[in-house]
Amino acid sequence: MKLVIRGGRIISPRDKIDYIGDILIEDGVFKRISQKPIELSDALEVGPGKGQTKSIKKADKVVFDATGLVVAPGFIDIHVHFREPGREDAETIETGMKAAAASGFTSVVTMPNTTPANDTEATTLFILQRATQIGLINVYPSGTITTGRSGKELAAIGEMAEAGIVAITDDGDGVMNGTIMRRALEYSSDFGIRVISHSEDKTLSAGGVMHEGFVSTKLGLPPIPPQAESVMIYRDISLSKLTDVPIHIAHVSTRESTELIRRAKREGIKVTAEAAPHHLTLTDEAVAEMDYDTSTKVNPPLRTQDDVDALIEGILDGTIDAIATDHAPHTTTDKEQDYVEAPFGIVGLESALPVCLDRLCGKAKVPLELLIEKFTLGPADAIGLKKGGMEKGAAADLTIIDPNKKVTIDASTFYSKGRNCPFNGWSLTGAPVCTVAFGQIKMIDGRII
Amino acid sequence: MPRKHLLGIADLSPFEISMILDLAESTKSISERTIKKVPTLRGRTILNLFFEPSTRTRLSFEIAQKRLSADTVNFSVSGSSVSKGETLVDTAKNLAAMRPSVIVIRHGVAGYPHRLAKLMDASVINAGDGFHEHPTQALLDLMTIRERKGQVEGLKVAIIGDIARSRVAGSNILCLSKMGAEVTVMAPRSMLPYHIKKTGVNVAANLKDAITNKDVVMALRIQRERDSVSRFPSLREYNRYYGLKMEHMQYLKDDCIIMHPGPINRGVEIDPEVADGPLSVILEQVSNGVAVRMAVLLLLLGGRNIYEVSD
Repeated sequence: MKLVIRGGRIISPRDKIDYIGDILIEDGVFKRISQKPIELSDALEVGPGKGQTKSIKKADKVVFDATGLVVAPGFIDIHVHFREPGREDAETIETGMKAAAASGFTSVVTMPNTTPANDTEATTLFILQRATQIGLINVYPSGTITTGRSGKELAAIGEMAEAGIVAITDDGDGVMNGTIMRRALEYSSDFGIRVISHSEDKTLSAGGVMHEGFVSTKLGLPPIPPQAESVMIYRDISLSKLTDVPIHIAHVSTRESTELIRRAKREGIKVTAEAAPHHLTLTDEAVAEMDYDTSTKVNPPLRTQDDVDALIEGILDGTIDAIATDHAPHTTTDKEQDYVEAPFGIVGLESALPVCLDRLCGKAKVPLELLIEKFTLGPADAIGLKKGGMEKGAAADLTIIDPNKKVTIDASTFYSKGRNCPFNGWSLTGAPVCTVAFGQIKMIDGRII
Repeated sequence: MPRKHLLGIADLSPFEISMILDLAESTKSISERTIKKVPTLRGRTILNLFFEPSTRTRLSFEIAQKRLSADTVNFSVSGSSVSKGETLVDTAKNLAAMRPSVIVIRHGVAGYPHRLAKLMDASVINAGDGFHEHPTQALLDLMTIRERKGQVEGLKVAIIGDIARSRVAGSNILCLSKMGAEVTVMAPRSMLPYHIKKTGVNVAANLKDAITNKDVVMALRIQRERDSVSRFPSLREYNRYYGLKMEHMQYLKDDCIIMHPGPINRGVEIDPEVADGPLSVILEQVSNGVAVRMAVLLLLLGGRNIYEVSD
């Protein structure tokens, strides 16, 4: 099978490519990237708005017309919750993968806080088997740090690593015991997998549900001080220094956290960090503006404009390596509780690119090439995935973007089962229009092929 | 008044607040008669839903409703055991299906009445939500102050206690500020939100500073039931440093009034001699509670002709 992506602006930070050209993909791998036209005779011509999508699967030769579009290496989201096994009512591996493919992502790292938690080889193999059956995109599971995410004893890290996990994390909860975290860093390094820190001191967040600030005072909701995050980030950076093992900090949300990470990087500590689209664009004011709507309830909570500004500075100067959605679907029933009872989480995949293209590239003047880096090379290197580029012979994953496409976020049409999206109803400019994974077109115009 | 719900003082204009208080002066007279009943709300159904323990507020609302001839139904449950398994939205739909005219609701989580109100045809009155607001309490406090002082503008008011988690403080700060009073708060640092100054209040460093030269001193109830993590070492120590005691009377203006939303923890935030002393207006607050709640009910239910109440 041959696929040519014709005439798009190809941007790959890993390969230092930024020019208008053609890409030839053959049998699932990158064959040639060229500024000169690549001819493919008798091919099926497809592109945004061109229909023909039904014939793509059968076609042996396909040309995708990317004129006026941006062609990037497949986007990677290193922080998603697919809820399976255990909460298939909230999301399944299949609906999660469809949501990812529909929104331009070709690789995801799933979090292990399922029911049961992914703390064994068996659960890891189950997830990989389901993902392989569905086959839309690449799924890289992570496992827990501690058995049952209890924070008490190390999970079967070695066996899970052998089965295919790429990282360990107790995400959803922090590891409160410092020695356990230290041993997790040390032990996991023997198996070549990363440790992801959900940095939260539970004794400081202490039952809070939103950022501690004037808005929480005004709204009368139990507050979470930003220090619940930053003190734990400091501990984990310090443990990374002690052990000389890399650490990745999940969902960074405050100025202080960003500054700690920046300083650690300058010192040469092997720390990487991600930030979520909602933390880069929304503030705690959203809780008031949306009148206690629980789709604004997320952990870490939405912060202040100063924190948003600091995160964007972090994106610009390299302190923040990756944008990751922390895609956290919940059932409508669960979210329709009062603000304390409702679970934390925002469903992130299907709004991620329009929000980032419009608010970060459009409003905050983040260069498009840099944004692409934060979705490709950045996350790949943070977790140690050999992905995020267009190297000849590598599995061909691509995300094709129309920076001028106008979209309105409509959560009721998501492939994800989650509807808990605070961006619902937003009109935005910029959207993914095609996803290519394993050398095949998996999505055009937001619809799965 | 076109307003459909009373969710918080935050929504009210000074004009609306004055209008409620003016009407409350009329409704108060009903409670002073032998036959304490007018037919104004005859045939109206009112649900009193209390998801948190309450004696005084619930009784006050019920008396107000009965004196206006409304049919009242009470539902009280402590904790959230009943709401478990039913979403807020389902609760709202079920309540709406019973076609009440008014729902009075107290809930332990801020914003619950606000979200309920969006889903309802009935008027919703917030009788206290989490650490957020308790609007009728602030209105009855304001009525008591206005009765005693004649006007509110320019008065100096001190509020002492758990500012961080008191909905009484939340509503009173908003209400008094809107009406032109100057509010000073005082609390242990562990009970004071960091952003409190943004609400426009003064923060006093100690109890003596807080109460000196004030027209009104309000002590807040220490919610013994509310905290697991200690914010102060003991009730004894709280009383020692933050409790209103006889020794403080020397700093008060002669015509200062002392208020408390009740129920009082005697010997904790206020000593018995002060609570029962000549400056205390605590029981007037309770009487005014009924009058204010009658006024709010009348105004929310379309107002009709407010003079009907004096027939």
